[in-house]
Amino acid sequence: MPEPLLEVRDLKKHFPVKGLGFFGAAGAVKAVDGISFTVDRGKTLGLVGESGCGKTTTSKLILAAERPTGGSIEFEGQDIAALPDRHLRDYRRKVQVVFQDPYSSLSPRMRVGEIIAEPMLAHENLSRQDGEARVSELFELVGLRPDMARLFPHEFSGGQRQRLAIARALSTKARLIVLDEPVSALDVSIRAHIISLLEDLQARFGVSYLFIAHDLAAVSHLSHQTAVMYLGKLVEVADSLELCAEPLHPYTKALFAASLPSHPDEKREEIVLSGEVPSALNPPRGCRFHPRCPFAMPRCSQEEPELTEQAPGHTVACHLY
Amino acid sequence: MPPLLRVEGLKTHYFGFGGSRVVKAVDGVSFTIEAGQTFGLVGESGCGKTTTCHSLVRLLAPSARIVAGRIEFDGQNLLDLSAREMREVRGRRIASILQDPMASLDPLFSIGNQVAEPAYYHGLLRGRPLRRRVIELLAAVRIPSPEKRFREFPHQMSGGMRQRIVGAIAQAGGPKLIIADEPTTNLDVTIQLQYLNLLKDLQRATGVALIFVTHNLGIVAKMCDKVAVMYAGKIVEMQPVRGLFYAPRHPYTKALLDSIPKLGTKEPLYAIPGQPPDLSKLPTGCSFHPRCVKATRRCRAEEPPDECDSDGATTRCWHAAASQVTPEVAHA
Amino acid sequence: MATAFDEVGALATVSRRARHPLRILRELPAIPLLIVAVLAFVALLAPVIAPHGKLDPVKPTPAQCLAKFGAENCPYVDGMPPFWAPEGSLTTPLGTDFLGRDVLSRLMYGAQISLLVALTGTIVAGFIGTMVGVLAGYMGRWWDQILMRITDAWLTLPSLVFAILLSSVRGPGVWNVVLILALVFWSRYSRAVRGEVLALRERDFVRLAEINGISKTRIIFRHLVPNVMNTVMVLFSLQVGVAVIIEASLSFLGVGVPPPEPSWGLMMSEGRDALMEGSWWLAVFPGICISLLVLSANMLGDWLRVRLDPQLRNR
Repeated sequence: MPEPLLEVRDLKKHFPVKGLGFFGAAGAVKAVDGISFTVDRGKTLGLVGESGCGKTTTSKLILAAERPTGGSIEFEGQDIAALPDRHLRDYRRKVQVVFQDPYSSLSPRMRVGEIIAEPMLAHENLSRQDGEARVSELFELVGLRPDMARLFPHEFSGGQRQRLAIARALSTKARLIVLDEPVSALDVSIRAHIISLLEDLQARFGVSYLFIAHDLAAVSHLSHQTAVMYLGKLVEVADSLELCAEPLHPYTKALFAASLPSHPDEKREEIVLSGEVPSALNPPRGCRFHPRCPFAMPRCSQEEPELTEQAPGHTVACHLY
Repeated sequence: MPPLLRVEGLKTHYFGFGGSRVVKAVDGVSFTIEAGQTFGLVGESGCGKTTTCHSLVRLLAPSARIVAGRIEFDGQNLLDLSAREMREVRGRRIASILQDPMASLDPLFSIGNQVAEPAYYHGLLRGRPLRRRVIELLAAVRIPSPEKRFREFPHQMSGGMRQRIVGAIAQAGGPKLIIADEPTTNLDVTIQLQYLNLLKDLQRATGVALIFVTHNLGIVAKMCDKVAVMYAGKIVEMQPVRGLFYAPRHPYTKALLDSIPKLGTKEPLYAIPGQPPDLSKLPTGCSFHPRCVKATRRCRAEEPPDECDSDGATTRCWHAAASQVTPEVAHA
Repeated sequence: MATAFDEVGALATVSRRARHPLRILRELPAIPLLIVAVLAFVALLAPVIAPHGKLDPVKPTPAQCLAKFGAENCPYVDGMPPFWAPEGSLTTPLGTDFLGRDVLSRLMYGAQISLLVALTGTIVAGFIGTMVGVLAGYMGRWWDQILMRITDAWLTLPSLVFAILLSSVRGPGVWNVVLILALVFWSRYSRAVRGEVLALRERDFVRLAEINGISKTRIIFRHLVPNVMNTVMVLFSLQVGVAVIIEASLSFLGVGVPPPEPSWGLMMSEGRDALMEGSWWLAVFPGICISLLVLSANMLGDWLRVRLDPQLRNR
């Protein structure tokens, strides 16, 4: 089996917080607290979780916008977490991002042709003609007319702007694109376009995606594998269809239960979680989910469960198994 | 029994650029809601659903005007009321819940104060009975230890709690109708479930009718009894909820249902071609025709009227025909 | 994909229509713009359209000399009132000053000075202030601390007093006034620009540029500066009015534009004594000009602010 494109091992990111009072111990917000996953070439890994789970921080770590506190990020065999900033140029070319908000991800006062060409020009020395040719190519790839390159972002609709953002991500021939909630801000009928486009591009170019979202249906549609995150840790990782068919972790089950039905008579196991998401500053002891878990046992408040394989390719971190 | 709310031929237009540009945000909308019913108003951005709600309580932007129609609430035509009479309707008989709880709550006043306000303003309660009612309301929306939370401020609460407080404020005046405009869009999925269940329970307890405005068909499937789908300022289909999902009549409804990813299957999604239209420059004939797979010459030339069929479904389409859509069987 | 080659969405048609020139005319604040346009026109073409010179006295007619001095020849006739008064004349429609110079012509040349000085001073101030604001907002940490403390200290200086202080150091002169204006007003921009940059810094397109390893310099000039221009332009138009007043005040106090240049402020100063004697026109007309310019600039600035702010625009 070919080696994975991206392999993350025991990744940690702690944000220090100043101590309170004279003797207050300085604490840390453990936004990401030891997660491991892989993304294979040409495949999509979906990362699901609610606010505060650490998925945004994870995306920043993968994009090298933040440096990890611990663990390794191996891309094409090389640990980029250990590399100093100046050696990361090649990595930055190969890993790009598409953000959630189509209205703030494009610089308002630049023409879109220039916006798309910018990453490309930052990494390569292209003549103006070559650059323009590449930009036209990219426009066509995402389904826009090349003559639109001289227009400004505000002249495009939300869906079109996301296409532009995708074109920009492709401009450097990236191997991995981090998709940070790429369709949540779009109209329902436009989402299908963007999801289809992403699928097409993956089939054509073999680009891998790290798809981060909170909409389980969209994630499981586009991803080959889905990982569920809670309060800085991964609680379950499995093949997407299998996860939908047999969610094991109680939190995953709750997420599915909370996912809205696709028609009025759809019956789902009703699991309503009590309480709010606790803060990452002081995570509960033992299993982080135990205060809200309908299946909690005494062991859960003392011992933190490890990710163990319950079925081929399906791992869960829960004492129930 | 007469319906609680009957809207007939409502038209609300925006007049911009010195009157030269008219945006027909709502262009002939009619529907009825019975007491205690949950009515879903579905559509994408720009379809006119929010403007419809604003028109119901007559809180429109200065550039907008209701140019035609009747809004009969509890037997009274709201469009005939004076400004003062309208103020008495708002909050007391019709209340609203908006999308962003942080914007709906005043950061300077305690939550007890804000929940009390509608009841106080409408002269319903004062003093100790008021305080008791506020605590009752907070408990009804499942705020833990309401007597203590009474004095706290919005910034001390989480997003889910804030939205529940907004729900309590809506209930404070004892309204018969609550308009909820995308109330769960900013909430996490599990919090959203809590909140929707709460709304359902409140409805059962008080018999209040609910208008749920959303673009999310999942919410509609869970919450609504009757649904209207809006497109370009008009209702293109209106049916009881089951009929909408299992036998959609209008091509737009069908296309929407097909374009949504469903859990547990990787079936390819149908992408509706084109963009939602510019409301100031609508296509001729049926507004949806440029994007419709069934469009014919007639669709381009003539606007289809509202047709009501034997099952009580209303459709605005020259090709309306019931088609069976097999329900997706999700895994339990 | 059939959807692919659609028209560029509804938005493009709307904004193109909105940008149609005739449509803009309906929205413009006509009167302030007219006033500023007229003043700018006059300032540009003063040497061509002014009836008389700016420094030399008007050559009087024998009749005028006779009326004033009782002799047929005189070098100049001072203190002539505007044309509607009995001793006035249409050749000097707004009268003459104490040296026999035509007030109207001097006002026209004065427009040149006022506008030039105010505009240039404000532009230079804007440039300095914007750069300080952008650096403080974007570079953060100690850049921010140092630059903002300087800005704050600068802001506490009362502008007119500071201006007078600087002018006592530099002495009078047109370019000195420009320098003084720049030095006094740059800090007004820094605060506002820094605030905008702090917000912009968090926007996705900036984060993305950073992720792509694009140099800070390029980010500043290509992404940040163009996006703060709206704010800067509004500030600019509001500051121009203030600059005009400060220049006029400095000249009035004798420490700005030196005589015999016809700065409006200077004309007012020179006209002050004449006011006592009853020659009101020497002080009043320059005063009216200053008021008109400042008022119009402020109104334009306010209109610009509303127009450029998408939230306020549709009221």
